[in-house]
Amino acid sequence: MIELVIRLCGISAILFVFGIFFFVFREGAGFLFGGLNLREFLTSPEWYPTSERHVRYGVLALIAGTASVTVLAMLLAVPFGIGAAIFVSEFCGNRLRETLKITIELLAAIPSVVWGFIGLTVMNPIIMEVFHVPIGLNVLNGGIILALMSVPIIVSIGEDALKAVPDSYREAALALGVTRWQLVYRVLLPAAKNGLLAAVLLGVGRAVGETMAVLMATGHSVNIPTSVMDSVRTLTATIAAELGEAPAHSPHYQVLFIIGVLLFTITFVINLTADLIVRGVRGR
Amino acid sequence: MKMPIVRSDLNCMRSLVTVLAAAVVLAVCGCSRSKESSKTVIQNTGSDTMVNIAQAWAEEYARIEPAVSVEVSGGGSGTGIAALINNTVDIANCSRRVEPLEIAAAKKNTGKEPREFLVGFDALAVYVNKKNPLEEITIEQLAGIYGEGGKITKWSQIGVKQPEGGDEIIRISRQSNSGTYAYFRETILGKGRDFKLGSRDMHGSKDVVELVTKTPTAIGYSGMGYATPNVKMLRVSKKGGQPAWAPNVENTLNHTYPISRPLFMYTLGEPSGAVKKYLEWVNSDAGQQIVVRSGYVPLPKGAAQP
Repeated sequence: MIELVIRLCGISAILFVFGIFFFVFREGAGFLFGGLNLREFLTSPEWYPTSERHVRYGVLALIAGTASVTVLAMLLAVPFGIGAAIFVSEFCGNRLRETLKITIELLAAIPSVVWGFIGLTVMNPIIMEVFHVPIGLNVLNGGIILALMSVPIIVSIGEDALKAVPDSYREAALALGVTRWQLVYRVLLPAAKNGLLAAVLLGVGRAVGETMAVLMATGHSVNIPTSVMDSVRTLTATIAAELGEAPAHSPHYQVLFIIGVLLFTITFVINLTADLIVRGVRGR
Repeated sequence: MKMPIVRSDLNCMRSLVTVLAAAVVLAVCGCSRSKESSKTVIQNTGSDTMVNIAQAWAEEYARIEPAVSVEVSGGGSGTGIAALINNTVDIANCSRRVEPLEIAAAKKNTGKEPREFLVGFDALAVYVNKKNPLEEITIEQLAGIYGEGGKITKWSQIGVKQPEGGDEIIRISRQSNSGTYAYFRETILGKGRDFKLGSRDMHGSKDVVELVTKTPTAIGYSGMGYATPNVKMLRVSKKGGQPAWAPNVENTLNHTYPISRPLFMYTLGEPSGAVKKYLEWVNSDAGQQIVVRSGYVPLPKGAAQP
């Protein structure tokens, strides 16, 4: 009986994923196959969904926006996150560890709209002041906010991955007379590689999919960035900002769903790559 | 690898339980509330520009007519009309005229046509930062700043020297389906012309004013009801050499201020009962005084609709 329930739970996850994909795809399918110029969609930076003269649905600038913010966020979050995971798991005492873990989990519990608000009201003037730019809502702002949001995930999962390395590895290494640094660098990191990669990719997933915070912190401006001081607009933020007012089943509405499919594909490819890498590592 | 997944599943379960518990609590609260009051509720949704004024009306009306409660929410003119088409609101607020396509959709969906009520006017103000020395601007200059292919990107091009440095004009606009965006496009850029890409597109009238307040070299547009003491409203003229007019009640009513627009409320078909009474009150002297108090422009005397 219990086994059946658990099995159902497992299968339902698959059903939900396919269900969501199916419904999102169905909303956009009509326009995807009839009317949308796919080439323009993917290669044009001109996003004019409500133009009266010439409607253009080009999402290149939006893809560039999502990519730039995510890459910057990961450049900031991965070293910090993995570093913190190593510290929490290997170097700190029990008391400090518990305090740190609770704090980090608290960080993960802050709602994204609050992060966005911090970006808008705290980071914006700081960036304007420090870098002497006319406006602080840009890639840097969004990247920092996203990094802060993904660090807790990377730390939590990364720490679990390091904890999962059997103690016998540590004991054997220490018995051979390695220093702590060598232990981490030569033994634990290779042993926990898969888990750490999963941690990083979950962080990437969080960053790609985050909506509210980037909507508020990046300036929401259709623009291919040339520096981290440029304002951008992300795929997710565009859906959030425009879906509410797009007339149901109009081309604009359907294009927003196609963007949803695009996002789905991006995360799917990321997860698949991760899976393949993990398998490859394991196979060796 | 196994560990974290099990853990996150557990977390999921936990949050699911929390959500369920919250839902139950909310449901219970909801029930008890609707039991104790037999109030007539008027649902009122739509234009972001009109949220402040619609809220003010609703609050005042609650004092006069305690048996009727008007529930106001924003979201944009398009949202309001969409809700009207789906027959989920009683009154839709709209800062533009309803479009033929929308009328057709409403007819198809509900069998009724939207009925229009003019309830006041809004002057769209052009805002700049307090530190900006600029006092007036022409519509041509605005089109050059905001329009696709427009050449103006620096303050020095229109003869302004920013006291704290920084020459780039930071354009602040609205998301592409707000009524304010469409109205600005039509009156400033001209029919069929698009905005220049790369503006910062805010998701509400208030956000525009907020960002202009914080950004010395910014320019933005929003309803004049959203003015605060921390921003400057520019006087606007049609062309260089012509007189520029400040956005205020007088200039809107005598049509000298060039960017002002009517504000509408729409109902499905002819309203009746509480909704009808509410709309009559909105157009009465008492209702129109609230328009003035909220920073908008009331209907001229004697122009109230039947």
